Amino acid sequence: MARDLRLLPRAVGRLRSLLALGATRGFSAAAAAEPLHVCVVGSGPAGFYTADRLLKGHEGAQVDIIDRLPTPFGLVRSGVAPDHPETKIVVNQFSRVAANGRCSFFGNVTLGRDISLSELRETYHAVVLAYGAESDRSLGIPGEDLKGIHSAREFVWWYNGHPDMCNLSPDLKNTESAVVLGQGNVALDVARILLRCKSELATTDITEYALDALHDSRIRKVYLVGRRGPVQAACTAKELREILGLKNVRVCIKEADLVTSPADEEEMRNSRIQRRVYELLSKAASAPKDINCNDQKELHFVFFRRPIRFIPSENGSTVGAVELEKTTLKGDEVTGRQLAVGTGEFEDLKCGLVLKSIGYRSLPVQGLAFDKNRGVVPNLRGKVLSSESETATVETGLYVVGWLKRGPTGIVATNLHCAEETVASILEDDTKGVLRAPSDLKKHGRAGLVEILEQKNVRFVPFSGWEKIDSKEKTAGQLRNKPREKITTWDGLQRAANE
Amino acid sequence: MSMLEAAHENDVELEGACEGSLACSTCHVIVTDVNYYNKLEDPVDEENDMLDLAFGLTETSRLGCQVIASPELDGIRLALPAATRNFAVDGHVAKSH
Repeated sequence: MARDLRLLPRAVGRLRSLLALGATRGFSAAAAAEPLHVCVVGSGPAGFYTADRLLKGHEGAQVDIIDRLPTPFGLVRSGVAPDHPETKIVVNQFSRVAANGRCSFFGNVTLGRDISLSELRETYHAVVLAYGAESDRSLGIPGEDLKGIHSAREFVWWYNGHPDMCNLSPDLKNTESAVVLGQGNVALDVARILLRCKSELATTDITEYALDALHDSRIRKVYLVGRRGPVQAACTAKELREILGLKNVRVCIKEADLVTSPADEEEMRNSRIQRRVYELLSKAASAPKDINCNDQKELHFVFFRRPIRFIPSENGSTVGAVELEKTTLKGDEVTGRQLAVGTGEFEDLKCGLVLKSIGYRSLPVQGLAFDKNRGVVPNLRGKVLSSESETATVETGLYVVGWLKRGPTGIVATNLHCAEETVASILEDDTKGVLRAPSDLKKHGRAGLVEILEQKNVRFVPFSGWEKIDSKEKTAGQLRNKPREKITTWDGLQRAANE
Repeated sequence: MSMLEAAHENDVELEGACEGSLACSTCHVIVTDVNYYNKLEDPVDEENDMLDLAFGLTETSRLGCQVIASPELDGIRLALPAATRNFAVDGHVAKSH
């Protein structure tokens, strides 16, 4: 078993350049005589880029994309911030993929509940898991379940109208201070939405209930708290530049936090991204502060602090403060990374709202190996493995792409290259005849899926159903000078899809 | 006309996910001759922000949607990046930048 696994990378290496070229340049694989039935589970960027590359790389590919939501596009719809519409343009390309005659979208179909993984593997030559990360890393500290503490993912899903979070009702009125734990782009998103002028948000696709809540919000100070320093901040220049330039927001950064060590300098020499982020933070710290604005809000960058516990407020059930421990950086001998270590000095940061933005986390699926540490499905260039161990075997016909494969990092475009790798693996396996063992029963693909779903009375939503939702949302948006007014309940979405 | 548009008009598979709005780096191209690279206007901050995230970034990298055709660029050659952050082709290791 172990030997098979060692041979694989070499075989992959030899075939990879040819097939990678083939996959992106429209070359059809040799075994193209019969249709290649593929099911992609998840319709976000990973799923759609995979479908796109499969259709281009194999003349006989028939691709079905399933999603548990009635609406496609994953985090492009539910994650990208409302004030970042240019990032959503990619749905135009995805819609063109869905319109391809060899591709079908099936919304409102949940893996595990409506169809099992083994049923999918019996129906398709290849199944590609692209369902991302729908949970959160947890801090595991006392007080984490006090009211007023949410994960950034929940807050983002709330203002973006994800039907699972439309009733979150975060309390933005009980406090002037919000603490965001984490300094990545998602942390910046939630801070920015809390601080942006309501008039600027009113013409975006933010949900109306979120707009109302933000209008009534008393939050004036937002703290972005990171365990390490400005050199290690996980956000990127564009997003940082944007938040530093917000109208009526005073940016507070301590000059002392900007002192760099030789190890910091080395990190910046090796990373253009980190260097440019540090430069932006430096400039912001030394910029002259205008003191005149009445309505001015505050954005504080808090570095070298890690959360120890959440302290309840007087009512005992809502968060009242976060206890933070000062940290210092220490080089890890093995990885070379600088890690934060506690110094034994503590301080409290008063707040009534906490948003944890420390990372998304994938959910495991029944019957699939799962690496709990990294939160990914063990895989070799996208081919799912039976376990994390060295003696794992490749699971025939099962693939993974996107965050479920790499972990929850990267931007929309990162999935492009990730999908190309996974598709190359699929096409390579198809060429080798791996996906069509003579002993296999015939795979019925789309027809098989529809039969199973109809037997189980699953009311799936075809792409045309999404187009009805889309049209309804756009029409409702026009009335309010917004690009769309999202339908945010399961019921509402299903009704609109079936009109 | 930008290089991205020119690529699409000539069936060259250059991705342009954000359709030229400086919100992605999928149209990343490498200007093969530094003399041509120097003829181009410096990238604005927003283009640099996106180049930060491009795979296989080089000293003469630009976004295809920001390179606009003009007579003085006649003869310019643009290469598409071969290596990516996620995997390497045939053992090639991308240069760090």
